[in-house]
Amino acid sequence: MATYLEFIQQNEERDGVRFSWNVWPSSRLEATRMVVPLACLLTPLKERPDLPPVQYEPVLCSRTTCKAILNPLCQVDYRAKLWACNFCFQRNQFPPAYTGISEVNQPAELMPQFSTIEYVIQRGAQSPLIFLYVVDTCLEEDDLQALKESLQMSLSLLPPDALVGLITFGRMVQVHELSCEGISKSYVFRGTKDLTAKQIQDMLGLTKPAMPMQQARPGQPHEQPFVSSRFLQPVHKIDMNLTDLLGELQRDPWPVTQGKRPLRSTGVALSIAVGLLEGTFPNTGARIMLFTGGPPTQGPGMVVGDELKVPIRSWHDIEKDNARFMKKATKHYEMLANRTATNGHCIDIYACALDQTGLLEMKCCANLTGGHMVMGDSFNTSLFKQTFQRIFSKDFNGDFRMAFGATLEVKTSRELKVAGAIGPCVSLNVKGPCVSENELGVGGTSQWKICGLDPTSTLGIYFEVVNQHNAPVPQGGRGAIQFVTQYQHSSTQRRIRVTTIARNWADAQSQLRHIEAAFDQEAAAVLMARLGVFRAESEEGPDVLRWLDRQLIRLCQKFGQYNKEDPTSFRLSDSFSLYPQPVLLDSSSILAERILLMDTFFQIVIYLGETIAQWRKAGYQDMPEYENFKHLLQAPLDDAQEILQARFPMPRYINTEHGGSQARFLLSKVNPSQTHNNLYAWGQETGAPILTDDVSLQVFMDHLKKLAVSSAC
Amino acid sequence: MSQQGYVATPPYSQSQPGIGLSPPHYGHYGDPSHAGSPPGMMKPAGPLGAAAPGGMLPHGPSPPGPQQFGQNGAHAQGHPPQRFPGPPPVNSAAPSYAPYSPSTQSSYLSPASTASVTQLASQLNAMHINSYGSGMAPPGQGPPGPPSAPLFQGLPRPPQPSIMQPGSQVLPPPPTALNGPGASPLPPSTHRQDGLPGPAPLNAQYQPPPVPGQTLGTGYSPQQAASYGGGQLSYPGGFPGGPAQLAGPPQLQKKLDPDSIPSPIQVIENDRATRGGQVYATNSRGQVPPLVTTDCVIQDQGNASPRYIRCTTYCFPCTSDMAKQAQIPLAAVIKPFATIPSNETPLYLVNHGENGPVRCNRCKAYMCPFMQFIEGGRRYQCGFCNCVNDVPPFYFQHLDHIGRRLDHYEKPELSLGSYEYVATLDYCRKNKPPNPPAFIFMIDVSYSNIKNGLVKLICEELKTVLEKLPKEEQEETSAIRVGFITYNKVLHFFNVKSNLAQPQMMVVTDVGEVFVPLLDGFLVNYQESQSVIHNLLDQIPEMFADSNENETVFAPVIQAGMEALKAADCPGKLFIFHSSLPTAEAPGKLKNRDDKKLINTDKEKTLFQPQTNVYDSLAKDCVAHGCCVTLFLFPSQYVDVASLGLVPQLTGGTLYKYNNFQMHMDSQQFLNDLRNDIEKKIGFDAIMRIRTSTGFRATDFFGGIFMNNTTDVEMAAIDCDKAVTVEFKHDDKLAEDSGALIQCAVLYTTTGGQRRLRIHNLSLNCSSQLADLYKSCETDALINFFAKSAFKAVLHQPLKVIREILVNQTAHMLACYRKNCASPSAASQLILPDSMKVLPVYMNCLLKNCVLLSRPEISTDERAYQRQLVMTMGVADSQLFFYPQLLPIHTLDVKSTTLPTAIRCSESRLSEEGIFLLANGLNMFLWLGVSSPPELIQGIFNVPSFAHINTDMTTLPEVGNPYSQTLRMIISIIQQKRPYSMKLTIVKQREQPEMVFRQFLVEDKGLYGGSSYVDFLCCVHKEICQLLN
Repeated sequence: MATYLEFIQQNEERDGVRFSWNVWPSSRLEATRMVVPLACLLTPLKERPDLPPVQYEPVLCSRTTCKAILNPLCQVDYRAKLWACNFCFQRNQFPPAYTGISEVNQPAELMPQFSTIEYVIQRGAQSPLIFLYVVDTCLEEDDLQALKESLQMSLSLLPPDALVGLITFGRMVQVHELSCEGISKSYVFRGTKDLTAKQIQDMLGLTKPAMPMQQARPGQPHEQPFVSSRFLQPVHKIDMNLTDLLGELQRDPWPVTQGKRPLRSTGVALSIAVGLLEGTFPNTGARIMLFTGGPPTQGPGMVVGDELKVPIRSWHDIEKDNARFMKKATKHYEMLANRTATNGHCIDIYACALDQTGLLEMKCCANLTGGHMVMGDSFNTSLFKQTFQRIFSKDFNGDFRMAFGATLEVKTSRELKVAGAIGPCVSLNVKGPCVSENELGVGGTSQWKICGLDPTSTLGIYFEVVNQHNAPVPQGGRGAIQFVTQYQHSSTQRRIRVTTIARNWADAQSQLRHIEAAFDQEAAAVLMARLGVFRAESEEGPDVLRWLDRQLIRLCQKFGQYNKEDPTSFRLSDSFSLYPQPVLLDSSSILAERILLMDTFFQIVIYLGETIAQWRKAGYQDMPEYENFKHLLQAPLDDAQEILQARFPMPRYINTEHGGSQARFLLSKVNPSQTHNNLYAWGQETGAPILTDDVSLQVFMDHLKKLAVSSAC
Repeated sequence: MSQQGYVATPPYSQSQPGIGLSPPHYGHYGDPSHAGSPPGMMKPAGPLGAAAPGGMLPHGPSPPGPQQFGQNGAHAQGHPPQRFPGPPPVNSAAPSYAPYSPSTQSSYLSPASTASVTQLASQLNAMHINSYGSGMAPPGQGPPGPPSAPLFQGLPRPPQPSIMQPGSQVLPPPPTALNGPGASPLPPSTHRQDGLPGPAPLNAQYQPPPVPGQTLGTGYSPQQAASYGGGQLSYPGGFPGGPAQLAGPPQLQKKLDPDSIPSPIQVIENDRATRGGQVYATNSRGQVPPLVTTDCVIQDQGNASPRYIRCTTYCFPCTSDMAKQAQIPLAAVIKPFATIPSNETPLYLVNHGENGPVRCNRCKAYMCPFMQFIEGGRRYQCGFCNCVNDVPPFYFQHLDHIGRRLDHYEKPELSLGSYEYVATLDYCRKNKPPNPPAFIFMIDVSYSNIKNGLVKLICEELKTVLEKLPKEEQEETSAIRVGFITYNKVLHFFNVKSNLAQPQMMVVTDVGEVFVPLLDGFLVNYQESQSVIHNLLDQIPEMFADSNENETVFAPVIQAGMEALKAADCPGKLFIFHSSLPTAEAPGKLKNRDDKKLINTDKEKTLFQPQTNVYDSLAKDCVAHGCCVTLFLFPSQYVDVASLGLVPQLTGGTLYKYNNFQMHMDSQQFLNDLRNDIEKKIGFDAIMRIRTSTGFRATDFFGGIFMNNTTDVEMAAIDCDKAVTVEFKHDDKLAEDSGALIQCAVLYTTTGGQRRLRIHNLSLNCSSQLADLYKSCETDALINFFAKSAFKAVLHQPLKVIREILVNQTAHMLACYRKNCASPSAASQLILPDSMKVLPVYMNCLLKNCVLLSRPEISTDERAYQRQLVMTMGVADSQLFFYPQLLPIHTLDVKSTTLPTAIRCSESRLSEEGIFLLANGLNMFLWLGVSSPPELIQGIFNVPSFAHINTDMTTLPEVGNPYSQTLRMIISIIQQKRPYSMKLTIVKQREQPEMVFRQFLVEDKGLYGGSSYVDFLCCVHKEICQLLN
């Protein structure tokens, strides 16, 4: 039955929501026994070309603790012009504008196909988009040149009225004033000094009432944007100026003696960027875009010292708690990230270097604010250039695919509570009747802030069924969830997108098959992965792995069909078949006369088997009689191109062959069914052995089955 | 104890080695036991008591009998009789006084004196002396009488003759009996020493004025006598004991003719006449050079030119006992980079290549004419420490028949007093050749400087003046790099790299911890970056045109400049153009702490001390990095010069101050100073070391210097106008035959970035005869020393104490001479050694300087400023500063190119029909008598009459007329050799600005106190008499 697959797909397309379970176990106890929690992946701004926003504001439930938004699931009394909230059952009067409604004249939000609807808020001042470039100048000449070009190019992609600013850093941090004629002016900060937000704003002259301005324009009320005008200017005004400024940008001039890393003040630069926006445009959509070519080496947030003889921390160091700067640096960036999130801004990190750049310490900057994090080898690669360009891609309406300052609110019907969310968000700490005491991910709230998001930004939202076992939900009853996302659209409008969904309850004992059939194993895998990653933030790696293993075993025990103590009898139904084994590519696939195309999201690898490679070397593809060989070679290239076009961030594209050094990208991903340990057992003819101690999927599955059927667990 | 040491009885002992002024006191700065109490034992009882030896104290204010008055009369000699009776001209004949003595007495005793005083005052015309009389008489009696007060208050009224002086006399004149000794029956003639052991009586001098021997009108004379006495004795401020002298037994009285007391002009002219225009060869030990005011050609023949080194005496006493007895400071004023006129030979440069200079192994003295070669030239004996050294092989040379090296005349270091060595890497920081220095221009762009056009003026001027950066003679362009910073409460650095299309500005707001935001492009070669720099200088005034930032920082500015030099690893000089009290939140922030209430208290010294120690440590850092700071100040109110000026002073920089800067009035003066300062010869990152032959050593140093230990004089930079005064003390006996040798070595970096050593050698005589010592003294150098020593002391001592010390020491020096060198004569005679004839008048000028005058009328900043200036002055500059040059212009011979003969700085020398030019090195005045000849007015100003003259001008119009041309030539000659541009002020007689001018008539009683020359001379005389007794 393709029905559930279709249902899942349809729901995802319409609402941007995928649940781990599409039929919900009706009691807390049952839900717990399902192992995989009731949760969903929500893509709040899922692109909906077929969904024009309505130009009015939503109607809210009048109960102050509810304030749910009128939706197709609500009971409506057309005659009395009343509607009943499907979350709190409050009866509400329609507002005056709705006097004309009837069964045949319904507002969009009542129509079933508008389970997701978007409202445009007309109130409030529109604020421009803000892009603050924070550029590392400790780069190799060609890297810097490439970066400068990319940045110059980006100016033409920005909306003309967007405000743009530039901070450069190396040994020192320079905040460039963009409005000066005749002389370029910048404010310079020591790269080693931790400055408070207040100090930064004082030093940039942001806190002082703009006296000169007032005098210069008597009578005009003082508006805040004027204060910052020196550092953030509309693109259309300083386009040329900034292009020149970027053009003249030089590598950090301070000499780097042999055996030293350049002094890179990333921590202070970010701190100043955050402080600058904080002082000028709080709660307005803004992107801090950090471009860095190496690890921070001085000041707050430094990750490694400037002595080259001391290598940057490895996982080994971290595990042994031997990474000297890590905790302090992480704390610094976390502090910045939290401040940024509070102000509704986001931080992108574009790190291009062959060695590590300290993303581990800085990751929260992007994670907590919904920024992008892009890693590459060099700014002078198409990977970076195209990824960067893709940031400014536009949707079918010609609007930028980015939104800012979103708050996501989740409302649940009474049988459910929200346990938490995992994604590029921070808690807004809003308690309410639908907030669970148990936390999964970022919990304890029914609202989250997502400072930067795009049509693909997805959160995992975890729920708890609170219905008691002895008070089951009436058969046929449905649970409902409403997602309300308020955000600043790239067109600078404030918008609200409302998605209201409902799913059936089922009694897990009598209707387990229903529940099982409605399992979305892809969503579940992602949701479990998010939980695992989230736990890994705070727990030791091995503990998390053990936890994941245990969850998997329990799931297999619950839903597998087997005879006790008989691994060979173990079977999983279709809806679970992929869950334990997401890896399909096996080393046994690597054969001499094959071409392989591997897509791992971040990497696309085309691999020519040994024979194929020899043929190509011999030039067969150029001979008319081997035209089909030519097509054969071309086909994966075309496929890869297609993926490359759409993917963000742009994946690393690797075109290699048997024995090529870059074949490692393939070899590191395939299932190691042949290793040096079992090579002889498997014989010479099949596939390529992988030199690893990791177990292969087969071994893993065997082990899993054994444990699942074991009664000892 | 110490006080006794030199005050009580001869032999006067120099109680403390290493202390110049008055050993006991200065030696103990900071030592409460000394600092706390007035120095002289003679003055235990406060001001009055001070003037009288203890023994005399019992004398009441109105001692019995006329004798006292007679004695007073003796003191009164200083006053020219002419002053009293209006019309009668000057005259003083000893006998003439006698008749008056009784009346003097009576006037004293009778309360009527007051009345008569007033009467006197009203009757007599404009005579200073009258005024003295009037003012003095009452105080002599006791508390000031009522009339004196009005007189005192009347000060500002210029036309009233009496107004000038009374002030001093009015001061508390407690009744004390003065000199018992004064009883000498002889007329109080001052004896003049003509350089011979036998003193010639001053009388001789007095005689010349062929006075009709007029006696004063009886009515007046007594009072005058009395009043004079009072006037003389009571030294304003510090020495108000004057009246006490009156108590002495009556004496023959004599009025002193001002013409009869030693005249500085006469001394200057005499020296000019005998030595001017001649060649002075420095070929013999201990010779006394011509005065600083005498033009002659100096030929180096083995001793450093007096342009480089002048000494207080060219003959040192053999023993420290002698030195203590005479109390003559043994000091040298060294101006190592003095400008040498083009007709004298510039310094030779000796280059020994990698060997470097030849130096004594023990004392490290450099090879010089004082090294004695022996053993056929294989060894030499050091003249300083007597160590016998091997001659390095590369340096060997045979000796001739008189034991002199054959190459004696080929090697500057063997035959000359001054020369330079090329230094080897051993003499460089980190053993690396230095980088050429850099100049950083730092402009205060706060609101007021923008508004009054100063910023624009500076930027415009820099464009021209940068073309004239100092360079080595052989070089085409200057090696000096330049950089620019503007600032208000934040700092703006500029990148002016030559390849930039436009300058880049980098703002540093972290003034708490200032740093240099750029490495490359801040310090640039002017020629290469000319267009960017001009672009910048054009833009700066506009860039800040809309700024209304009032607050400034200061210490961070210096810090920034210093850090920039440090980063560039070069020495250099900061030119800071600043105008306000730095009140912005930053290190070195200052508050207005000017408090007139502190004046005349023990806390007055704090006004001269910096407000915070930030500047002190900043100066230390600057010196350590060869960063010299020159400060141009444009204050419109109190800016705390004492704090702001500290770094410039300690780093060998210059402080320029333009009060209430107005574009049309002051820009010329400022621009001249700026040009001059940029172009002048200067050495950077210097260390000076003074080596002496055995028996004495340098103990104290004054100047724009910094010392981390007791021997190395560190200077961030030293220019051609800066002098260091060094005091010497005995640590053993000196031998007459070997003399006293001094070698001053300055290691420095040239403007071209070469490391060099400049060596000056000087040999002095030694003698066990005090007379030899006195014969070889140089008063100008003495005053230089006393001034610096006193001005240094104001940081630690109450001014009153300092003034007392100065007077006491003056008296001691003269008393010692009188006692030991002069031929016997009446005790009441004032006998001055020839070499110190003008010491009293100069000393009086020093005492009247606003630094030492505790008067609330004088701005605290001005006092701090002058204090600082004097600390680095050379002898010529201090001479002019303390005794200004006053030239009659109306008698100008327009055909002559020589300057007219100067006249003495006294109002009595002016005339209504005359025009006079006065200059002191900082200020210049053209004083116009109300009846100035119209043809001169026309000739100079191109206006028909006196009334048409616009006194606002600061330069004279160029009129095609010999008067105009000659006068302007004179002005330029006077200006030429001076480190500061003098602002010309036109003063019309009897107009208000005349008050300012009168302060410079230093022989008169000061506007704000300070006695007249005559009074002071009497005061000193009295002291001497006491000492001799």
